[in-house]
Amino acid sequence: MKGTLNLVGYGLSAIGPAIATGLIFAAYINGVARQPEARSVLQPIAFLGFALAEALALFGLVLAFVL
Amino acid sequence: MRAFAFEGGFVPPSTADFNLPPAFGNSEFTTKPILLVFLSVILVSVFFVAASRKALVVPTKLQFAGELIYGFVRNDLGKEIIGAEFMRFVPLLFSLFTFILTNNIFGIVPLLQFPAMSHVSFPYVLAAFPFIVFHWVGIKKQGLGHYLKGIAFMPGVPKAVYVLLTPIEIATFFLVRPLTLSLRLFANMFAGHLLLLVFIMGGDHLIKGVIGLKLVAPFSFTLGIVMTFFEFMVQCLQAYIFTLLSALYIAGALSDEH
Repeated sequence: MKGTLNLVGYGLSAIGPAIATGLIFAAYINGVARQPEARSVLQPIAFLGFALAEALALFGLVLAFVL
Repeated sequence: MRAFAFEGGFVPPSTADFNLPPAFGNSEFTTKPILLVFLSVILVSVFFVAASRKALVVPTKLQFAGELIYGFVRNDLGKEIIGAEFMRFVPLLFSLFTFILTNNIFGIVPLLQFPAMSHVSFPYVLAAFPFIVFHWVGIKKQGLGHYLKGIAFMPGVPKAVYVLLTPIEIATFFLVRPLTLSLRLFANMFAGHLLLLVFIMGGDHLIKGVIGLKLVAPFSFTLGIVMTFFEFMVQCLQAYIFTLLSALYIAGALSDEH
């Protein structure tokens, strides 16, 4: 089977952002469940955090191709 | 297993699939991404001119659709985040949002099916606009010296911490912010397009294989369709996040105490 170890490395590096995204949305769901009217305040914050964490995974993906 | 799967010489999609030949002529300026960018500019302009040309008190469907998008950017991204002076920045935010959204959605529109933002040069240029604007408004509002001092020496921090904090803050404002802004959009579009290529090209290859492979091909195509819907969500989300972050950076430069 052809391929590079880059992809295995990328798989490992994706664990971090995956956990981070899980934590962010867990906190968001918790917050909304406790205080449903806070939804509109929390939503941009949650998506901002999600975008920041997800960006790391995607940088990994790009680097897996570049390196 | 190995010989089975790779018997026909399946070539997995790679970065080479993004370098499309010129659509016509022999120029670098007639490639698909550039034509798509021009198309998106025309589409966005025509749509919003048509939607706002004859504004009625009771809106038509077209006017309602236009106002829905405009209202979303103006209220949820402008007013909520930037605050009192938001009206100055709504044109920038609105152009960014609609332009990126249209170009992203081109990634799943049949026949077009290519997100221009998966070429990194487009997001670089797009990220340059909010980058220049937020520094410009910061300097205008607070004066050059005070603005730079606010970035490099954040008030309310013990003096010894500046050894660590100053380089980090300077890198954040001048390097990390524009880079992450553009790379996030680029990487999302790149990864999304690659994902679709994997499932569709994989399915195409499987269906040409032996009978056992033909049976699994529909699963690959189905996943390709599912991923197309997932991509639609990601594309809207990335346009939203790009604009949201631009608005946040502008809001940060406008506020005094950052």
